[in-house]
Amino acid sequence: MAVEETKLDEDGTVVRLAPEHKLIIGLVEPGSRVMDLGCGEGDLLKALKVLKNIRGEGIELSEECIQACVAKGLFNIHHGDLDEGLADYADKSVDYVVLTNTIQVLHRPLFLIKEMARVGKKCIISFPNFGHWSIRLQLLLNGRMPKSPRLPYEWYDTPNIHLATIADFRDFCPVAGLRILKEIRLRTTGEGQCKVVHLLPNLFADAAIFLVEERSRGS
Amino acid sequence: MRAVRWNSRTNRTGASARDESPGVEHPVSRITGSLMKPERGSVGIAETKYFAFAEPPNEMVLECGRKFGPIALAYETYGELSDTRDNVILVVHALSGDAHAAGHNSPDDEKPGWWDVMIGPGKGMDTDKYFVVCSNIIGGCKGSTGPSSINPGTGRPYGLTFPVVTIKDMVNAQKALLSHLGVDRLLCVIGGSMGGMQVLQWVVSYPEMVRLVIPIATTSRLSAQAIAFDEVGRQAIMSDPDWMGGDYYGKTIPHRGLSIARMIGHITYMSDKSMHAKFGRKLQDKAEYGYDFVTDFEVESYLRYRGDSFVKRFDANSYLYITKAMDYFDLPQAHGSLKQAFAEVHAKFLVVSFSSDWLFPSYQSKEIVSALRYNNIDVIYTEIQSDYGHDAFLVESEQLGSLISNFLEHGRGRI
Repeated sequence: MAVEETKLDEDGTVVRLAPEHKLIIGLVEPGSRVMDLGCGEGDLLKALKVLKNIRGEGIELSEECIQACVAKGLFNIHHGDLDEGLADYADKSVDYVVLTNTIQVLHRPLFLIKEMARVGKKCIISFPNFGHWSIRLQLLLNGRMPKSPRLPYEWYDTPNIHLATIADFRDFCPVAGLRILKEIRLRTTGEGQCKVVHLLPNLFADAAIFLVEERSRGS
Repeated sequence: MRAVRWNSRTNRTGASARDESPGVEHPVSRITGSLMKPERGSVGIAETKYFAFAEPPNEMVLECGRKFGPIALAYETYGELSDTRDNVILVVHALSGDAHAAGHNSPDDEKPGWWDVMIGPGKGMDTDKYFVVCSNIIGGCKGSTGPSSINPGTGRPYGLTFPVVTIKDMVNAQKALLSHLGVDRLLCVIGGSMGGMQVLQWVVSYPEMVRLVIPIATTSRLSAQAIAFDEVGRQAIMSDPDWMGGDYYGKTIPHRGLSIARMIGHITYMSDKSMHAKFGRKLQDKAEYGYDFVTDFEVESYLRYRGDSFVKRFDANSYLYITKAMDYFDLPQAHGSLKQAFAEVHAKFLVVSFSSDWLFPSYQSKEIVSALRYNNIDVIYTEIQSDYGHDAFLVESEQLGSLISNFLEHGRGRI
């Protein structure tokens, strides 16, 4: 996936931000408490910390990524497997739970997203849109499993086992007990930038970011 | 790091006898380059020093209620104390460790201290930046007051008249040592296994003193399984006729009992996989079974060698006292819950466990992390993938070294 190098003011640290990270940062209120699930090398958390003064924490499965987070000076990183859920975390104990570009690799996406909605007051979920026209076209014309810059793997060794379209995710939200607060559909351009898509997003957006919250009982 | 050999073709009294080092080759580094400094050196010649305190009538009050003194504590220091005294790292050791953590005690000393891979210029604890203090423990036999020390009241070794000491007593004695050194703030306290218990006790007892905390391969309380292994070790010692109710000093020492206790200990420090990789079913100095009860397998030879060499450097009564201190350690019980234990703590934590450690399993580290998080305490937790079992904390020095150096570096600049 294309990435953009962003220089952060505080200590001159340069972090790599995925195109949609800037949009995600825009959704977060300054000074809030954010949990990034599958935080990787901590780029988003570091950026949120510097730009939005958040209290951040990350859960990450890879030991090497945790090493990188520690090297960045992040102080709340926990080694854990998202497929095991968030049992250690209390209800509504953080302001935002963030899941970027990860839902498709989970074994039990419904389970984790319910967990996210339990722990977080709000959740930010981004994922690649499997309904993008180029993906549809590849399957239609070539008759082969589609690949894209966001989904570059062969069918036989892909970690992506739960792919969804934007329309699928909208249908999924009530099933998971979620209310959609905001929906950003985006198209990645060549330079690692991204643009917001308004027209026929399920066809023209290659990724989407949803801001959701748990539906309170009775609503 | 040097491979430690044990078989009959190796000099058994030389470099091979460093028991605190597990007998495994250093794994190939998985983390390289930028995270670690390239130049790494030795702290050079280190001198073990002794601090005497708690002279009557100012004895230390122990957790059991007894007043006890005088007490001597062995320690070593590496690096320079900064003018503002803000660069102190306290290293605390495991069951069989000692104050000699790094460097060599003399130029012809063959083996370096037990954590030499982690302490020195450019290493995980960089002695060009930090003033590292390694303290021995009360109850031990490595220069500090323990059951083998002479009771000044009687002129004879204490033996079992020595009071039962706890992890908290060990920490309180170390606190007295730091006061003596003019240190009233710790940048970091770090240790593995029983050292990790002392680390946790340190930050709970003296939360205002400690800024960074690194408990490694440890627990807030031993499992029943771990207590069971400790008890088998103690029973091995106490059932040795030479133990004589602990009054064996100047006579025959309970060699067999202590040796068996150490053999059991060693099994618990390794993993099925590491034992398989190291020994498999290889035979020792023979091609066929002997059909007798002389050593057949390499693993037997190894354990016997480990047991025998341990007896030369460790006191059987100290083994009883120290394992008892570990068994008694129970932070949740002492504070109502582990969450409450950390209620006054403001330090930042780096908690590390190892995937194949079944003596101090990862779930015990996760309990610590969960309780810290409940108290809004900053905590980094990682489980390092390793096949070396509990021993991994002394072996996986590359991964651990870069975590520690980065944590110290970033943690130092804050607050």
